[in-house]
Amino acid sequence: MASPKNSAPLPPRPQATVMLSRVAHSLYWMSRYIERAENFARLLDVNLQLLLDFQGVTTTAVEEHWDSILLSSGDEKLFEEHYELADSRSVTEFFAFDRRNPNSILSCVDSARENARMIRDQISQEMWETINELYLYLHDRTSDEIWATGAAEFFNNVKRSAHLFQGLVASTYSRNEGWEFLQFGCLLERADKTTRILDVKYHILLPSAADVGGAVDTAQWQAVLRSASALEAYRRFYVREILPWKVAEFLIFSDSFPRSLHFCVAEIDTFLRRILGETGARPRTEAARLSRRLLADLQSLAITDVLEDGLHEFLLEAQKALDRIGEEVVQTTMFYPAESELGEQQQQQIQQ
Amino acid sequence: MSILHSHYDSGNFFDEMFAPGGATRPHYQRLGERLGSLTQQEFDERRAAVDLAFLRRGVTFTVYHDNAGTERIFPFDLMPRIIPNAEWQRIEAGLVQRITALNLFLDDVYHGQKVLKDKIVPPALVLGAKHFRREFMNFTVPRGIYVHICGTDLIRDAQGNYLVLEDNLRCPSGASYMIENRSAMRRAFPNLFQSYGVRPVESYADDLVKALLHLAPDQHDKPNVVLLTPGVFNSAYFEHCFLARQMGIPIVEGRDLVVRDSRVFMRTTAGLVAVDVIYRRIDDDFLDPTVFRADSMLGVPGLVAAYRAGNVALANSIGTGIADDKVIYAYVPQLIKYYLDQDPILPNVKTYLASEPLDRKFILENIEKLVVKSANEAGGYGMLIGPASTKEECSQFRNQVAANPRNFIAQDPIMLSRSPTWCDGQLEGRHIDLRPYILYGDKITVTPGGLTRVALRKGSLVVNSSQGGGSKDTWVLQGDE
Repeated sequence: MASPKNSAPLPPRPQATVMLSRVAHSLYWMSRYIERAENFARLLDVNLQLLLDFQGVTTTAVEEHWDSILLSSGDEKLFEEHYELADSRSVTEFFAFDRRNPNSILSCVDSARENARMIRDQISQEMWETINELYLYLHDRTSDEIWATGAAEFFNNVKRSAHLFQGLVASTYSRNEGWEFLQFGCLLERADKTTRILDVKYHILLPSAADVGGAVDTAQWQAVLRSASALEAYRRFYVREILPWKVAEFLIFSDSFPRSLHFCVAEIDTFLRRILGETGARPRTEAARLSRRLLADLQSLAITDVLEDGLHEFLLEAQKALDRIGEEVVQTTMFYPAESELGEQQQQQIQQ
Repeated sequence: MSILHSHYDSGNFFDEMFAPGGATRPHYQRLGERLGSLTQQEFDERRAAVDLAFLRRGVTFTVYHDNAGTERIFPFDLMPRIIPNAEWQRIEAGLVQRITALNLFLDDVYHGQKVLKDKIVPPALVLGAKHFRREFMNFTVPRGIYVHICGTDLIRDAQGNYLVLEDNLRCPSGASYMIENRSAMRRAFPNLFQSYGVRPVESYADDLVKALLHLAPDQHDKPNVVLLTPGVFNSAYFEHCFLARQMGIPIVEGRDLVVRDSRVFMRTTAGLVAVDVIYRRIDDDFLDPTVFRADSMLGVPGLVAAYRAGNVALANSIGTGIADDKVIYAYVPQLIKYYLDQDPILPNVKTYLASEPLDRKFILENIEKLVVKSANEAGGYGMLIGPASTKEECSQFRNQVAANPRNFIAQDPIMLSRSPTWCDGQLEGRHIDLRPYILYGDKITVTPGGLTRVALRKGSLVVNSSQGGGSKDTWVLQGDE
């Protein structure tokens, strides 16, 4: 154990730049949860609208459509535990309002606020108020009410709050270590969600081969792009019809679109190395090695390589790598075990 | 219609705004005029705007006893409580006198115990007290100050005399509401402030950080001060964050701190950084599992050793609870006389000690006419208001007092003064108290103002936030009207 002796020179005490590990993690999770909530809001919004566009879709088709979204989210088992049928209402309920789903929009915003509350002294008043207002907005209405008045406005509000929050991070948060954790959390989440949005299409089964390239297929690929806020960017880039492999290429490899996997991973790699103090040519930590490898793939592979080995498999591998990167960073910079009794003792403290 | 036109009844109480007969007291005159010019709708709009602002900003406290752990805003009443300068001068002098005597008492109790030898306070009451820390006998606290932050609760009797109801010398809370209430009132009535000459309360955070820095060990020119919170689940977490932010110091939990070689460090992403002063909002019992409660997960193992070694300062010091024990409270007037040779400027409420045979007999026979309090509870818990309680509740307390007399005191019920308060669409009289905040650094400062708490339930005398209380902004005037 390194123990400073009484006679040893005092350690540095630069108050402004010191960041508690606990604070760093709250920043990371707050940022992740907000990004997650926004992604689910977008995904649900786009797909609910997509189904509206196709009059006379059969019940089975609707069910298959939502199944594909459940599968790509990785939460399909949890859904099956609590719901029988995957239709627009039940899946929206599950992803937006269900507290039993830790990834629902409501749960995400609750968790983001809980983290924000822990570090209120560290973030700007505006950042706090934005999260708190979103929280109050969500708790102010029931899902029945939202469903009755139209979910689009609801999702819009969630998205707008999340955008406002990211904007406030950019305009009110100092560029210090905390900023690195905020960005790292947000980008990791964004990268993960982009892979899942793309993966949705893998799970959608087209009724027959003749439908490939047809109106339904194109609409679905459009929906994928819109789910990643990428439709306009894609159009400007390719200026052509929407082709499946082009969509995949764009969402995976684009080096200028900020939600593409490549773009996100490049940023993740930068922030990760700063957080872990990785300055050498060869990474020292497993997390840095993983991110370097993933980045190398994204820089060197072509879309044909990906399609040959299977798009779904590629996306799955990327998700796994991102998970491990996140976990390792949390572990390296965090020392606390989860303690359930802690909350109880915190409550008991008498405040006169 | 103006909001002052309703039929306001002062009842048989001292009313802060209206003199007997209904005339507005001089220091409320201009407020009355301003309110008289507001329609009910305008007033309601202002109230709604203020409530919304509190909710948005998360100015909330958490109530646990209902299992849900719900966050609530502290109900805020737009009618301020106004104190003219001359009254305040006296309150201030009384509070300074009191904290000076209490500090001398603590110093004595933990050193020579002259006060016990001279039979001013029965030794058993001190040595057997729940918050007496014998581990700290003969320990010299930094700068000789035990209580750096004090919140003393004052009430007014039927004649309008200020009396001390209790001292809070461990972790007094509420200062953040004093400041937030002021900023809410400023937004609601900007023009009124300009003309009224209200003394600002915003200096509190500044005075607090100065008082904390005063404690830092000498050798550092840039000491690190932190606020130690139990954590986000604590009811006062908002306040901890608020004060830390105002002072620009880090807020830490026990798990963020570590002790090495009797020095306290915080765990940062850049390694360990030394801590010099801790403003702790955790009870003594939980501070250090190696010395006090072994099951504490909120504290820091080794913290007490670091404190003893003089490497870190704590505010407030350990063991101050002995001086705000409600039994010791009864002796404070004698303590002021004993240590300062002065008469108390602010008197106590007449108090009966269940530990004294004669008083005990009186309490047991008259319990339905008295207010009974247990010696070490806070937040309005563990007390009985005889006149407002059922026979069963009274007899329950009678048994408790008989079984454990040391743990109880009784007081004559004081008909706390009332202030016009907005209730159900009209102004009605509601009982209030006042908690000013006293800081003891290189000098003693009393922030001009404080937290006025109001019992919103009709007829209720309990002002605690956990028991249906709200608060008002407290205006101390530059002048007398």
